Amino acid sequence: MLQFLQQPWPWYIAGPLIGLTVPALLILGNKNFGISSSLRHVCAACIPANIEYFKYDWKKEIWNLIFVLGIMIGGFLAAYYLDNPSEIVVAPSLKTELQSYGIQDYSNALIPADIVKWASVFTFKGFFILVIGGFLVGFGTRYAGGCTSGHSIMGISAMNWASLLATICFMIGGFFTANLVLPFILSH
Amino acid sequence: MSNQNQKDLQKRELDAMCVNESQLSHPWYYNIKYLLVGIIFGIVFVKAEIVSWFRIQEMFRLQSFHMYGIIGSAIIVGALSVWIIRRFQIKTIYGEPIVIVNKPFNKGIIYGGLLFGMGWAITGACPGPLFAQIGSGASVVIITILSALLGTWTYGWLRDRLPH
Repeated sequence: MLQFLQQPWPWYIAGPLIGLTVPALLILGNKNFGISSSLRHVCAACIPANIEYFKYDWKKEIWNLIFVLGIMIGGFLAAYYLDNPSEIVVAPSLKTELQSYGIQDYSNALIPADIVKWASVFTFKGFFILVIGGFLVGFGTRYAGGCTSGHSIMGISAMNWASLLATICFMIGGFFTANLVLPFILSH
Repeated sequence: MSNQNQKDLQKRELDAMCVNESQLSHPWYYNIKYLLVGIIFGIVFVKAEIVSWFRIQEMFRLQSFHMYGIIGSAIIVGALSVWIIRRFQIKTIYGEPIVIVNKPFNKGIIYGGLLFGMGWAITGACPGPLFAQIGSGASVVIITILSALLGTWTYGWLRDRLPH
């Protein structure tokens, strides 16, 4: 049984489980599923700096920070108790492309260990992926008012066309960057 | 609701906030249920490799159906659930009516959406996965989260000067 759970879970199991988060949070306490707002709450709680956007009663949204803490704990449990003993299986065409950038370490299924590591933080590639990438995520999600959780899953589930538009923009930005920008950055 | 409460509510309704004006006041341990949902969510995230940089690269290169299957089936299940909740007027476990706040359109959705999409492709993660990655032991992702917080803070700082 454990071995069964340790293998990577297929999309038709994972997807519906993710989707069930929507009614679960609504029924448990009328909470609208969303994760990027946690970044706003942390800023409001720690460094509001007299900025209007952070001047609200963040404590009323504490459920969101606890939810996000749960995600961290879940990540820990999955990695330490349900770890997949085999290496992640990646599309051959991607492997070939990544090899040309010097990415061949697949021992960590979640991150490209060759460039995402503490030693790379101050290298160009590492800095780009960690800091520039992270900054764009934090800035972009709040500017858009949500991420894939809040817009793509919750928003579209609620038939909100603005969320569909947001999702389309996410994908356009992603396609452009993954195919045109990243290869340039990673090959230098 | 008092004037101050009303103003605070409006601020929290902006873009991403879920607004629950529950009139019930619960002790802190009532939040544990959100922790449990989060834990299950985090486990699914990691086990289904949703939080894998490699899977996101495959997604944006159309090299795998995996992420599309996940997002698509999540939306179908979510939409069905919302329809059922609305159709049968399902209440919360405390008997309160369920209210879904639709985020309004503004140009930030386009500009911010594109920028986030770029960050998503670069980091191979959106906010949720970043937390799951840290939990799974990829401590260097703390740098990414800190950068994301800086990004959010910068947004808040520049907000009035950005087109919406």
